[in-house]
Amino acid sequence: MIESVNNWLNGLSPAQSLLLFTSIKAVVCFAIMMTMFAYTVVLERRLCAWIQDRIGPNRVGPFGLLQPAADGIKAFFKEEMTPAHVRKVFFTLAPMIALIPAVLNLAVIPFGSTLGKQHMVLADLNVGILYTFGIVSLGVYSIVLAGYASNSKFPFLGGIRSSAQLISYEIAMGMSVIPIFLFVGDLNLNSVIKAQTGTQLGFLPNWFVIQSPMTFLAFCIFLVAAFAETNRTPFDLPEAEQELAGGYNIEYSSIKFAMFFMGEYCNMILVSAMMVTLFFGGWTLPWFGLDHAATTLLGGVLHIGIFLGKVFLFLVMFVWIRWMWPRFRYDQLMDLGWRRFIPLALANILVTAIWLWWQSGK
Amino acid sequence: MNTSDHPYLFILLLGLSAVAFALIPLGLAWLWAKKYSPKKENAIKNATYECGLESKGDAWIQFKSEYYLYAIIFLIFDVETIFLLPFAVSFTGLGVGAFISLMVFLFLLVSGLAWAWLKGVLTWK
Repeated sequence: MIESVNNWLNGLSPAQSLLLFTSIKAVVCFAIMMTMFAYTVVLERRLCAWIQDRIGPNRVGPFGLLQPAADGIKAFFKEEMTPAHVRKVFFTLAPMIALIPAVLNLAVIPFGSTLGKQHMVLADLNVGILYTFGIVSLGVYSIVLAGYASNSKFPFLGGIRSSAQLISYEIAMGMSVIPIFLFVGDLNLNSVIKAQTGTQLGFLPNWFVIQSPMTFLAFCIFLVAAFAETNRTPFDLPEAEQELAGGYNIEYSSIKFAMFFMGEYCNMILVSAMMVTLFFGGWTLPWFGLDHAATTLLGGVLHIGIFLGKVFLFLVMFVWIRWMWPRFRYDQLMDLGWRRFIPLALANILVTAIWLWWQSGK
Repeated sequence: MNTSDHPYLFILLLGLSAVAFALIPLGLAWLWAKKYSPKKENAIKNATYECGLESKGDAWIQFKSEYYLYAIIFLIFDVETIFLLPFAVSFTGLGVGAFISLMVFLFLLVSGLAWAWLKGVLTWK
């Protein structure tokens, strides 16, 4: 049985096997992301309950583990209604645009080394990070469109606030990673991981987060910008319940609301994956030779496990911070972005460039 | 032919499946609603949501012009950030001239920011 499968695989033309393996990888990747999405929601609800001394959802399935399925079914069968006053085309388009970038951004993230002969990245683009930033910016459209199409005051205010926040922190985010690429000298995300292999001082990982003060500062700016970009507390102004009743998605219900929700959590997963890749060594661990491409099947699986584990830790942090921090005021938010982080990121680029120039002895 | 030859072809395919992924739940829900749960509309349900108060006037309200200014500054800075990335990548291989031009470019960026700052555009009022 296995032999005949093997024979069939070896008999495929390169184009066919490329198509086969890439689609398998895409489907598996996608399934993993959706599972992570579902259980991040459960995690969020349980963790927040514990923090607030409650129990949280624990009725559906063992330990409430089937809760996401129940939520999904409920969202799907709710009355699908479009209020009469909205602009129908844009109203439907907005939740779609919330989801599409989340799926597209999966493509360039290296989530493992090799498994058999396959590289564990969907599309090994040589402009990796540019693609990511390009796709991430598309997310703004869903919020702007939702705010505009709802034709209602709260969504309008929420949408316009949110878009100003997203574009502000997008600049801080884009500038914060430039020192990393000054060090790496390549836009491909696999090269970024390669630059973080090995150890320093004998045992500490050589990850960018602790490689030098400049890269540490870059991480700090990126982290804050990531919270702002995913609309998480302390920057969840678009959804400030007390002021805006819910922000850009008030007029949405049933499956359309679920799509916004899904897009938001998928973005959180993706930004965690980006942080792991850029600053925490991606799928590598510096010990036991785990920072080299796997030669065995087990090693390959282990690398994927390491990557997912790191992403999971970031997700826990996202959730935790949400229930620990108060919300920023809007003027503080804009001040922090434009008058603190952007000058800081620019200075960081400058210092890194001078440092590297001095190091190379020119 | 291996994966690295055609990454963009794959991106295109992924893009199409992403659109399909967004369309399928919407379509299925629409079909279900059409067949099994027809709309039960009424005037109150269709009204604009404003926390229970009756809606007054249009949703086309005036908003602060600061938002607009931020958007314009964003446009400039975003383009400039994108120009910085290729510079960063080829930086180590470049000579003194390139280093100085990078500094000049950064200076232009900073002076733009400083100008906006002094103009008070970046202060939220």
